[in-house]
This record gives sequence, structure tokens and C-alpha cells, in this order.
Amino acid sequence: MVRVLKLELKGITKRFGSLLANDHIDVVVEPGQIHCLLGENGAGKSTLMNVLYGLYEPTDGEILIDDEPVSFRGPGDAMAAGIGMVHQHFMLVPVFTVAENVALGAESTKAGGFLNLEDTRRKIQEISDRYGFDVDPDALVEDLPVGVQQRVEIIKALVRDARVLILDEPTAVLTPQETDELLDIMRQLKGGGTSIVFISHKLREVKAVSDIITVIRRGQVVGSADSGASTTELASMMVGRAVNLTLDKAPAQPQETTFEVKDLTVVAPNGHHTVDGISFSIARGEILAVAGVQGNGQTELTEAILGLQERVSGSILLDGKELVGRSVKDVLDAGVGFVPEDRKVDGLVGTFSVAENLVLDLYDKAPFARGISMSPAKVLENANSRIGEFDVRTPSAAAAAGTLSGGNQQKVVMARELSRPLRLFIASQPTRGVDVGSIEFLHRRIVAERDTGTPVMIVSTELDEVMELADRIAVLYKGKLVGIVPAGTGRDVLGLMMAGLSPDEAHADKLHHRDPALGNDPVPGNSPALGNSPTPTSASRAEGGDHD
Amino acid sequence: MSTTATSPQPGKPQAGTPPRAEERQQATSEKPVTWKVPVLLSALGIVAFIFFGLMGPNQTARFGLSSSGDFFQLPALEVPGFLGGIVLSVIMLGLAGYAVYLKTKDQAAPRWLPIAFIVLFVAAFLIWVVGGARTPSISLAGLIAGSVTLAVPLVFGSLSGVLCERVGVVNIAIEGQLLGGAFTAAMVASMTRNPFIGLLAAAVAGAVVSMVLALFSIKYLVNQIIVGVVLNVLVSGVTGFLFSTVMQADKATFNSPGRLPIIDIPVLSGIPVLGPILFKQSLVGYLMYIAVIVVWIGLFKTKWGLRVRAVGEHPQAADTMGIRVNATRFWNVTLGGAIAGIGGSFFTLVAIDSFTKEISGGRGFIALAALIFGRWNPIGAFFAALLFGFADNLQSIVTIIGTPVPSQFMAMLPYLVTVLAVAGLVGRSRPPAASGIPYVKG
Repeated sequence: MVRVLKLELKGITKRFGSLLANDHIDVVVEPGQIHCLLGENGAGKSTLMNVLYGLYEPTDGEILIDDEPVSFRGPGDAMAAGIGMVHQHFMLVPVFTVAENVALGAESTKAGGFLNLEDTRRKIQEISDRYGFDVDPDALVEDLPVGVQQRVEIIKALVRDARVLILDEPTAVLTPQETDELLDIMRQLKGGGTSIVFISHKLREVKAVSDIITVIRRGQVVGSADSGASTTELASMMVGRAVNLTLDKAPAQPQETTFEVKDLTVVAPNGHHTVDGISFSIARGEILAVAGVQGNGQTELTEAILGLQERVSGSILLDGKELVGRSVKDVLDAGVGFVPEDRKVDGLVGTFSVAENLVLDLYDKAPFARGISMSPAKVLENANSRIGEFDVRTPSAAAAAGTLSGGNQQKVVMARELSRPLRLFIASQPTRGVDVGSIEFLHRRIVAERDTGTPVMIVSTELDEVMELADRIAVLYKGKLVGIVPAGTGRDVLGLMMAGLSPDEAHADKLHHRDPALGNDPVPGNSPALGNSPTPTSASRAEGGDHD
Repeated sequence: MSTTATSPQPGKPQAGTPPRAEERQQATSEKPVTWKVPVLLSALGIVAFIFFGLMGPNQTARFGLSSSGDFFQLPALEVPGFLGGIVLSVIMLGLAGYAVYLKTKDQAAPRWLPIAFIVLFVAAFLIWVVGGARTPSISLAGLIAGSVTLAVPLVFGSLSGVLCERVGVVNIAIEGQLLGGAFTAAMVASMTRNPFIGLLAAAVAGAVVSMVLALFSIKYLVNQIIVGVVLNVLVSGVTGFLFSTVMQADKATFNSPGRLPIIDIPVLSGIPVLGPILFKQSLVGYLMYIAVIVVWIGLFKTKWGLRVRAVGEHPQAADTMGIRVNATRFWNVTLGGAIAGIGGSFFTLVAIDSFTKEISGGRGFIALAALIFGRWNPIGAFFAALLFGFADNLQSIVTIIGTPVPSQFMAMLPYLVTVLAVAGLVGRSRPPAASGIPYVKG
């Protein structure tokens, strides 16, 4: 009943000033296919899709639907042609109900322009029933979990009879379980005749669901593959050279515990407990990775340690000294290195030079300061040595930090934080929006810092990163510590924990039910740890440090 | 309806999303209960008890409910000053106590409680003021009718603000729109000898002022607050200049607009209290009621309103749904200006029949306060404007009957009320999320 449609992008070029975001890209989406666009952040995938969706005008090239050239002047045209898009950042009005959001732009009306939401509700119910979405048309969008919001986005496209659905990094905000559900939904949609363009940089998901994979690098198509291609193959296509996806790191040699958090609670201005009674500890020479879906208290936890949060209770002990209630300056002076989650907002001053950014927290100390004046020569000297050490690709130390690529900006932040002797190192989303090549480098630096005997805390929403770096993994859910489990715990167990199940429940659930979709390629070396028993250490560790 | 091959498997629901949804809902409903409301009410209650009760007047306050021309007459309301003050303030303390009791049980005070408290407070205040006056008698009907009259330009102004802010443009230029409307109405009505044409011209003038605001803030992305302030100054300067050079030179031709007639609906206008305010108004007065209702229905019940609100809340979402964000903004701001312009005509076509410099006297800014107090809702803004009109009118009446309270204190009243309201007594107000933020594609 659904008319299928063939979509072809021919020689699409998009220029922003001097930046060539898309360079003669050719992609053909056959009817009823899941076509994946794989590429790193900034490779030009989203730009391409925004061109296809009529949000950007292409500089050159054409779009063909069923071999007929079309031109879209706005999203309205694209939707009329049967193209629907689910954006990475949801395009939903938070204070509207689901029905109002779905109706927007394609409203059913009664005479005189009055809204007929009844009609919209019926359509939502229909789609919701057909695909098992379980969406209440009258719920306020802001009250819905992210996964459900995403389904609302999909409904929006389906109500408009989308025959090609573009999903832009749809899994970035989901738990592994929600991701699996989404992949199921995608297969169902495909079964119903909807073609899907799936944009991602996550190899695992891409392999699980794609019919064909087109790899994009620096705005160009560099090749295509089918889902049978190996991850290493895909990764090297994506990056442009052979990459080592696994990090070689020696087992941790934990020493004495010097960092301890006890009953930490952070209250947000609206009264929510964003961090709720968390206790854990980190030993010297150990990496504790904090996992969890974005927005479960990770930001507040790190900010509380640094002294950026207002209403904090409990205790944070570093080398026996209390950090709660101290100023950020005091905390930094106590030897805390901090890489914030958003380098552009909190990590760097974009208009300052690289050299200045490298001394943002040291400018008032010798050798950079003498009395009330600063010593530019020392600042420059320091910059040049850091730039060399961290392989920062910058035209010069005087270049504005904001002009560097994401990976190089992150290296600047990391270089600054690791440039003084640390008693604790915290890195939040250390590789978000960073190219694969730099990821490798940054990860190695983090492990090197651990090996010098610094307690390290990593916060990441990327499960792959957590599993790679962690010596122990703490999972946060709604501000509470679900549990702390050893490295090597399986992805599925961690996923369940990220949805709020305790480690024991997660193990139990996992044994009952094996997901057919994914996660069945157990990481070698995991199974014994899982099979054994519901990790005896997890509960006690959650209570507080049990290292000796 | 094919059965879904991948419907959630048994065993999965407990682990998957459903519990999250529930918990999330719980989390949002458990809003923190603060001491703000109980403490504020208690303090006000004590103030009321001391001033309106213990230090209350000895005279009996007399409130006339009907005017002599009314269809049927109601007896005047007579309240002994001291006793009235004591009784009302004790009830207020009771309400405050109830709020404190609820807080100890960790419950928020119900929404009606602060509202009821304010009504009682105002009543006690009236008794106190009137009872302490030289002639302890006012006409309540006249007080209310006068409040509505004074509120007319405020209502139009705040509706203009609602339309602009709901679509994402901050309109500080309400004052300029009112003033431009007032001037143009006077000028055009005088020249054409027809106040109705003057009314239309006022709408056009308001729209023109708004178009400048829209052009600069939407197309050239100039800071909306700054454009608004500059527009106010500009309109004030231009109308002041034309007033002294043109209008003053030949009053008969340029500054004698004549008044819009009062349309008296027979019988209905004789209803005590309500009659005069609902059924004995000028065309502008009737238009006010119509505008409030039409804007409310338009915003919340129609396709147009859904799009307008979407543009003001999340313009990018609207854009991706094929709605032309900046065009929607431009025309809404223009419409808002036209409405404010009509409000401005009230000064020169209804209240008095000539223009003078700065005739709007800062009411555009009060309209802005009414809009915030009314929580960006046309009906809320209407009642907020009425409250300000009431305070304004009370001030002049109280001065006439000779009260010991200095009139400057009375003039402070509306602002005091605004501060208390915005401080959260009536709950958190939330502006449209994208208000004041220009929309640039990409």
C-alpha cells in the first residue's frame, strides 16, 4: 500500500565559505533498503542530509526521485516528496503534547482553521498500534523519556507519508536497550516498504542493520560495503588509514585509595536531586569509568567535585582533605585536573590563542607570572613544548583555539590539565566529537596518567569508550549509583544497568533473555566474568572504597 | 494491523523503557515545596492585622453598588471599618496558617489560596482607606467601571506583547505603538473629521512602528530590546515635534479629533456594576473584549496559533515542519503593532479629544508588566491589566475622597503587586522559550 521510492543524490556539493562540506557526493537509496552513511563527526553526513531535506541549498549537484530531478526550497517540499527526517537533536516543541507536535505543519482542521486534534490523535494511535510504539498522544513531550520522544519524531514522519526516512545519529541519546528497540523498529519500517537512510559513526549498529553502507570522509564518498564487512575494514575506510580499535593497556596496579566520595547529593535549582547519595572511591593507578545515558547526573557529579555546583551535601575527600564547600581554585590547587564535557563552553576560550589557553589555570603562578605581570616568553615556551608533546595540529601557538578542529581543541584542553602534577584526574566525555585518530592518542594519554599513579575518573556516554578505558565501571541512573562492576562486564549487562537495573538484576535478566539483535558477540574474555556469579564485589564496592 | 514481529518480548518490559517513563513522570511531579508562599502570606497577614485591623478606622466605609441611572438599584454596602479590618485580616491569617500547615506536611498551597488571599487583602485595604477618609464613601460601581476604562490601552498593549512574544520577538516598543496610535488617531480624525477613520489610521500607525521593530530584529538581527527602546524614543520625539510644530499651530485642523460615541446597549447596560463595563463602552472598549477573546481562541485553538506558538518555542522545529519562521514572526509582530495602535487611539478618541505630548505616559511599560503577570496568556494579561487599571483608578478616587494615605503610596501599588507576583506568589511563569532569540537558518 505504501508506494516505494528510489532516491538518488548526484554530485552533491555544499560549500560554506571556504569550507567544502560535501564534495560531489553520489548516493543511491534503493526502495525498501536500509542505507547507512558511515563517517566520523564532521565528515559531512549531516550536511548532506540537510541538503536532501531542503534545509540547505546545494552549491552544486542534483537530487533525483524515481529518476526525476527535483529541487527542494524547504523542508516542506522534501516532506511533500515523501522524505522524512529524524534529527539528531529532536525537533519537538517541549511544551506541546505529542498530538500537537505531530500536527504541527500538517494540521487537520475543522472549518475556520480550528484545530482538529482528534484526527491527529487517531492517526498517532494507528501508527503507534501498528509498530507497538506505545505513545500517548496527550502526553507532554517534555515529560517523555528520550526514547519515546524519538518515536514521536518517527511518527511525525510517518503521518506525513514519508517513504524515505532519514535518521541522523539516532542512537546517540539512547541506552543500548533503547538502541536495540530502535533497530527493531527500523527493520519493521523496512518491512513495511519505507526506505531508511541511517547516519551513524557507530560501527556495531551499522553492521547490525544496514543493507548497504556508504562511507564518507572529509565530504567525499570513499567507498561502500555491505554489512558483512569487518569493523576494522570499515573503521580504516572511515579514518583513511589502518586504526587499532583496541587499546593496549596493561592491567591496573591499584595502590592506596586517595579519593573518596561519600553520600554525595546535589540539588538542582528546581529541587531535583541530580546526584543522589552517591558513594565511591578511586585508588591511585586506577581508572573508574562512569557510564550512563546522557543527563543522569554525570555532569553534576563532576561539577560537584570541582566545586561548580551550589547545593552539595556529603563528602568528597582527596588525600584526606575535604573538597565540598571549597572554591574551584582551591580544588584545582589540591591537584585536580579536569577536562569538562563541553570544551567549547567550559574548556577553552575560543578567541584566546592556543598558548593562552594552555595556561588558563596557571597564569598566576610562576614561571608564568611575576608579581602582577605575566611573562609571555614563558607562556610561549610552555605552549611550544605542549604542542609538540600532544601533537596539536595548529598553525602556530598564537592561533585562536576556536579555529582548531575538535580533536586538536581537545588535545589543548588535555595538555593543559595534564601539565601539572595531579592528585586526581577527571575527564568528562574525553573524546566527544573527536576524530578516531585523536581518540587513540587521547586514550593512551589517559592510561599513561593512570600509570603514573593518579586516580582517574572518566565520564562517558559512549559505552565503547567506557569498556575500553575502565578498570572499574560505575553506572549512574537518575542521579543514583546503580552499581560498580569490574571491567570486562558485558555490554548487555551494562546496558540494563544504564536503564536502572541493579547489577544482580541485570545479570539475571541477561541470562533469561538473549537479544537476537545484537550484543551476542561476547567480547572475548567477558564470558567467564559474567557466567560466574552476580559479581560479588559490586555491591560492596558501591558502598565505598574497599581497596587496600 | 499486522501483529508486530518484534513486539517487546516478555521479560523485557521490566527492564526496558516503561519503568523509566513512570519514574520520569514522578520526578517531574515532585516539585519542591518551598517556604516562599507561606512566609509571604504570613507576613502580609500580620501587616493586614496590625494596620487594617488593630489600627483600623472607626468610621463605617460605604460602598455604592449602583449608580442612579441603573436599571434596578442595589443597596449600598456598609462595612464598619474596625470590625471589617479585624475579620478580614483574621481570615487572611487563617489562610496563611493553612499554607504553613500544608508546608509542614510537605504539600504546596492550592492555587486558589494566594488568589483568595489577595482578594481579601485588597478588600481590607479598601475598607481601611475608605474608612479613614474624610468622606468615607465611594461608588464601587464607579471604581470598577473606571478601572476598566483605564485598563483599555493596557489590555491592547499587552495583547500586542502576547502576540509578539508568543512568536519569539520581545516587544519593548509597546509604548511607542500606543503613542504612535494616539497621535495618528488624533491627526487623521481631525483632518478627515471622522473618528472612525482615525481609529483605522491608529492601527496602521501601530503596525508601521511594529514593522520597523520586526525588520530590524528579524532581518538585521539587531538586539530586540535595543530596537524597542530606540523606537520608543523615536516615536516620542517625532510625535512631540509634530505636536509642537503642526498641531499647536492649527488646533482646529489638526488636533480636534472629536470622540468616538459611547454605544449604550439598552437594558443590559442597566445591570448594576457589570452593565457599564460590558455594555456601555465606546467602539474601542468593545473591540478590547473582542480582541482578548479572538487572540485567545486564535492562539490556542487554531492552526495559526499552533504554528505561532511553535515558532516562539522552538523555531527550528517549526522550520523543519515547513513553517516559514521569519515570515510568521514578521506578520505577527505587525499584527501586534496594529492592536497596540488601536489601544493608543483610546487616549485621543475616547478618553479626551486631543493629543498632548507623551499622552501614553509610560502605559506601554505597564502593559509589558501585565503581559508577564498574565503569563503570556491573553486572558491572564487582560486580568492583570484590569488590576493595574484598578490600582490606577483607586489612586485618583482615594485622593478625591481625602484619605490620609499619600497618593504617591497609592501610585506605587501596581508595581508592588507586580513585584510580588513575579516573585512567584502566583506560581512560576515561563516565557516562550525562543522569545528574544533571532532565528538564523542552519
